[in-house]
Amino acid sequence: MTLKEKTRIMDREAIEKAISRIAHEILERNEDTTALAIIGIKNRGAYIGKRIADRIEKISGGRPSVGALDITLYRDDLTQIAEQPVVHATEIDFNIDGKKVVLADDVLYTGRTVRCALDALIDFGRPSEIQLAVLIDRGHRELPIRADYVGKNVPTSPKEVIEVRLSEADGADEVVLCEKINSR
Amino acid sequence: MKNETKNKIVWTKKDLLGLEYLSPEEIEFILYTAASFKEVTTRQIKKVPALRGKTVVNLFYEPSTRTRTSFELAAKRLSADVINIAAESSSITKGETLIDTGRNIEALKIDIIVVRHNCSGAPNILSRVVNVSVVNAGDGWHEHPTQALLDIFTLKEKLGRIEGLNVSIIGDIAHSRVARSNIWGLTKLGAKVTVCAPPLLIPEGIEKMGVSVTSDINEALHDADAINVLRMQFERDSAVAFPSKIEYFKKYGITTERLRKCKKSIVVMHPGPINRGIEMSSEVADGSNSVILEQVTNGIAVRMAALYLVSHAKK
Repeated sequence: MTLKEKTRIMDREAIEKAISRIAHEILERNEDTTALAIIGIKNRGAYIGKRIADRIEKISGGRPSVGALDITLYRDDLTQIAEQPVVHATEIDFNIDGKKVVLADDVLYTGRTVRCALDALIDFGRPSEIQLAVLIDRGHRELPIRADYVGKNVPTSPKEVIEVRLSEADGADEVVLCEKINSR
Repeated sequence: MKNETKNKIVWTKKDLLGLEYLSPEEIEFILYTAASFKEVTTRQIKKVPALRGKTVVNLFYEPSTRTRTSFELAAKRLSADVINIAAESSSITKGETLIDTGRNIEALKIDIIVVRHNCSGAPNILSRVVNVSVVNAGDGWHEHPTQALLDIFTLKEKLGRIEGLNVSIIGDIAHSRVARSNIWGLTKLGAKVTVCAPPLLIPEGIEKMGVSVTSDINEALHDADAINVLRMQFERDSAVAFPSKIEYFKKYGITTERLRKCKKSIVVMHPGPINRGIEMSSEVADGSNSVILEQVTNGIAVRMAALYLVSHAKK
């Protein structure tokens, strides 16, 4: 299966503005940054989480705790996927008990990744609240999961794929809508 | 591990029989995965659901506390169910063959057999006869892959790399599966390996594995970045070469004095259990060069990685 790029949905400036707005919304809802933790879902969610935390620090002066979660070990679809799952290390070096945790990810689709993240997080401790921030919500939820903070809502069809590219990993900042094409 | 290699590798091996059969990239991949699993052992709840509902059988034909407990803990931390079968308290004493034992265990619908056997090649035979995953926990004098992997993991943690390191393996090389697995793993990752043993305990042709050979302990220590000190098994195999333990200690024992003469600060490893005062002095075993206890801790992470990867092998 190959992907064909169709349109660019967000450029670098749009991503920056979305992250800035999400940071403001998080502060609006959670005034106390000392009890706040931003935990990104690896890989790209972790970069987004860190950008949100940086923005929050710039706006309010207080820096929330930052962590990164690898959910590979909590997935329920490992026997069905074609590509090799790689287990990366989770980096949460603070106690999450009692904290307001904002999970961050790049794209919210079926909701199964977030379900894994919730299970993983609960194994680490008992946050007082878990909220969800995503850069893109593309619909088609298969579980009752919703985001508290959304960068952009993008209606898609199952034949499409949203690719979030971030300079930390892909050399550029952009969000691209692609179409799946079956190789002949 | 480089990003590109990480993303290209696909783990296809349903068994872990030895490091001889793995490519350098596959070995690196296990080490990378083990590092991620090490983090799990630092959590309050040391469990992940990765092998939930799967069953791991420890089939041990030789007694073991360390390896067996390590595998059992690794499986349990992955949420697997564990069954321990010790040969001396099973139908194996009634003469049941390895192949029959394997097939009968498989018929219980289990997922992974971790096997330790006194015959070299027994896990290989088992892997051909059953469809479930087979992990070698030590077979005869042949291989002990997870031990070598945890040794290499510990070394990499301590010194940052394997390539270009001078590593000396010291002790009863002839009868050591730990030595052989280490030689495979270290040479594949680019280390320079020296084996050091009394002449009678150096197997013929070992140079063909790409190692230097010496019977002089000072030569083995001289340029070494790390040493792996093997247990002298005076109760069985090693006794052919040495009449007394004191003589062995005098000629080959790792002491603080011997380490002090070397210009580098040598990392000291031992697969355990240590014979204090025979392979090394207590001072060295408990000293700052020793990473022996770290090896034990890393063993759990490495075995979690091994169990996880073989159970998710892509066909």
